[in-house]
Amino acid sequence: MKMKPLWALLALTSLPAAAQSRLNMTQGVTEVSNRVYDLHMTIFYICCVIGVIVFGLMFISMIRHRKSKNPTPSNFHENVKVEIAWTIVPLLILAGMAVPATTTLIAMEDTSDADVTVQVTGSQWKWHYKYFENEVEYFSRLATQQEQIDNEFEKGENYLLEVDRPLVIPTNKKVRFLVTSDDVIHSWWVPDFAIKKDANPGFINETWTRVEEPGIYRGQCAELCGKDHGFMPIVVIAKEPAEYEKWITEKEEEQRKAREREQELLAMEMSEDELMDLGEKVYNSTCAACHQANGQGVNGVFPALAGSGVAADPEAKSKHIDIVVNGVTGTAMQAFGSQLSMRELAAVITYERNAWGNDTGDLIQAADINEVMNQ
Amino acid sequence: MSTVVEETHHDTHHDHKPSGIGRWLFTTNHKDIGSMYLWFSFTMFLVGGAMAMIIRAELFQPGLQLVEPQFFNQMTTVHGLVMIFGAVMPAFTGLANWMIPMMIGAPDMALPRMNNWSFWILPFAFMILLGSLFMEGGGPAFGWTAYAPLSTTYSSDSTALFVFSVHIMGISSIMGAINVIVTIMNMRAPGMNYMKMPLFVWTWFITAFLLIAVMPVLAGAVTMLLTDKYFGTSFFDAAGGGDPVMYQHIFWFFGHPEVYIMILPSFGIISAIIPAFARKRLFGYSSMVYATAAIALLSFLVWAHHMFTTGMPVFAELFFMYCTMLIAVPTGVKIFNWVATMWRGSMTFETPMLFALAFVILFTIGGFSGLMLAITPADFQYHDTYFVVAHFHYVLVTGAIFSIMAAAYYWLPKWTGHMYDSTLAKTHFWTSLISVNVLFFPMHFAGLAGMPRRIPDYATQFADINQIASIGGFAFGLSQLIFLWVAIKCVKGGEKAAAKPWEGAEGLEWTVPSPAPYHTFEKPPKVE
Repeated sequence: MKMKPLWALLALTSLPAAAQSRLNMTQGVTEVSNRVYDLHMTIFYICCVIGVIVFGLMFISMIRHRKSKNPTPSNFHENVKVEIAWTIVPLLILAGMAVPATTTLIAMEDTSDADVTVQVTGSQWKWHYKYFENEVEYFSRLATQQEQIDNEFEKGENYLLEVDRPLVIPTNKKVRFLVTSDDVIHSWWVPDFAIKKDANPGFINETWTRVEEPGIYRGQCAELCGKDHGFMPIVVIAKEPAEYEKWITEKEEEQRKAREREQELLAMEMSEDELMDLGEKVYNSTCAACHQANGQGVNGVFPALAGSGVAADPEAKSKHIDIVVNGVTGTAMQAFGSQLSMRELAAVITYERNAWGNDTGDLIQAADINEVMNQ
Repeated sequence: MSTVVEETHHDTHHDHKPSGIGRWLFTTNHKDIGSMYLWFSFTMFLVGGAMAMIIRAELFQPGLQLVEPQFFNQMTTVHGLVMIFGAVMPAFTGLANWMIPMMIGAPDMALPRMNNWSFWILPFAFMILLGSLFMEGGGPAFGWTAYAPLSTTYSSDSTALFVFSVHIMGISSIMGAINVIVTIMNMRAPGMNYMKMPLFVWTWFITAFLLIAVMPVLAGAVTMLLTDKYFGTSFFDAAGGGDPVMYQHIFWFFGHPEVYIMILPSFGIISAIIPAFARKRLFGYSSMVYATAAIALLSFLVWAHHMFTTGMPVFAELFFMYCTMLIAVPTGVKIFNWVATMWRGSMTFETPMLFALAFVILFTIGGFSGLMLAITPADFQYHDTYFVVAHFHYVLVTGAIFSIMAAAYYWLPKWTGHMYDSTLAKTHFWTSLISVNVLFFPMHFAGLAGMPRRIPDYATQFADINQIASIGGFAFGLSQLIFLWVAIKCVKGGEKAAAKPWEGAEGLEWTVPSPAPYHTFEKPPKVE
């Protein structure tokens, strides 16, 4: 009764599909992920065989041992030999299953001798990647437009599985991930690597992969982490080592230049229009998830900024800068000093102090931010 | 035995039960309290079910249509809490109240006033929990597991109400469990020794010990959440020397035995129904008892299989994997015993039997996915996906809830004195059976293909699977209204039920008339 559709689906899923099956676990692109897939299929087939035997006997009994066919029941109700057999046989099957599971697990947990190390930090609701061997770090956020989520635009091919800046790793190298979190528990999951590791605030978990094929691999946060848990995907691009070297060197150079430019810009004043334009952009991508695009927040969870004590109070300018730069401990308000450039911080604070009827008229410049950061 | 029946008839003329609402508020009668538990449970089943309908409606297609993500999270959280603590556990307590005294030949539960109290605090617990949904900031939105720090620093103020309501539910469960243990140990009729007790009594006896062992652990865990959030402690905050993963260890030390609390009484029910309708004694009674005890003991050694991805040492992962795999052995013994009971029996397929047979097959499917989840490397892929959602709904809905339905149909004639409408009951069975599989079976595939659980929106490749599951969900939800109709119809009237309406049924409960008189076994029966 149940098994028929199961077998039909099984036939579908065992087709030699290179792409991710829509019905079965992916085989993935690493040796480990293939071993995991094999374990999954082995235990699945064992269950199927046991299921066919047990359910088969049940159905035979339901057909042949019904009252109309078998009016007088037997009265056996014990059989020590049979009972011992059906205790021992499952034990042996399980022991047989435990062996490959154990060796695979030990291999998965061996994070020694890594070629490249990346620190992966989850925070509500984005991932941050920091390379240990190079001075490169950046945030990676959902790139799907809000209009697609709200059903105003057609949904794209990689709906909810696309990010602005993917993680890039080299192929055929052992890449070690140090996984942690800035706020609540997240979980970094890339099915093609058979990696799922919780990101625990204040602790670091280790895991690793060695990807054989270049490609784009997609995953998602797997641990409920609040409102936008469903909206913090992971995208990893695996490049040939030479290409990876080229990419990481360019990225390093780009980030070094950006830091230098930031120092130069400290001396420059931005106009109100520039500040408000940039501020609105930064606000919508960084702050609106909690405080909402209209600055009204979410009652009882995220405070409103429109008309708020700090953002609307002309006296509270430095307190406002301090909150945005350093965060508020014990709340969901993160320290954005490490996430945004000084220009962006200046712009977004200016925007918050002058939008939605907050008319403090304050213009904040990068230099003001620099002052708070150096305190 | 005939004298017993006469006595009880005699008693019914002297039922000095108060009329009106007072009867229910102040009752110490195990049958009244059992009925209240069962109606309360069914009400919560519909409330939690309504939340499930909201969840399935939002997931009907990709994109956000009906609810905000924050509200979606409140729905998944409160759905879980209501179904576990409001529907499944009180239903079993209701069955225990009704049936344990009648099964062991006792006049009532040992501690009748505590019995009243343990029921009547429950509605308040759920008023607090459900009321918190209307607070500013909304109700609990951190999943029924309430992992810190999402449930501490990052939660709304309804957390305090969540904690208090869990405390009250825990107190209620502990009092219920104490009552069950004291009743079974002290009030068995002469000759009813332990190895003669019906398996429903045995499984509840063991369940009650599990409850007393772990409900205080849950109370402790949520109290630590409360003090972390409001009183500056740092049990689960690394910045103060705590560890968020410690919460999970404490929670699942409660949580895994809790899983068995919700399935062991089912084993007892199925072990009563299959022999009754196969007209053949239960195969391997004593191995059933030992297997139940083995499962209960093992349940304390497997909690961390819920936490394989939290980053444990390899040694711990191996230990918990092996222990978890071991549970398959005693569970298998039970399944084999039921099949052997059916074998060469003389079966008929009344509604209780239909639910019991569906239980055996579908619970076993849930057991298979559980075995798959035990394999740690594969669990890294399954964990926190819809595969897990499918797994625990197979064991909880087609496991626990199907067994409760089976029990209700089996004992309804005894409770009401009427036979239920068999056509309607079979309609309820077949619509439930089909829809529940349309609802939960496709979730296995969604999970394997990579859909995480607890998300309000999903990538487009999961669209058709979710649509199918949602249609199954709506159909399953509607099917339960048939059950309500059957139950009300049966209470109001119907064909008169005999003292023993099922040809092959065994047990003392069938020696008293139907409906069971208000007081039974005031003089203990003699058990051979």
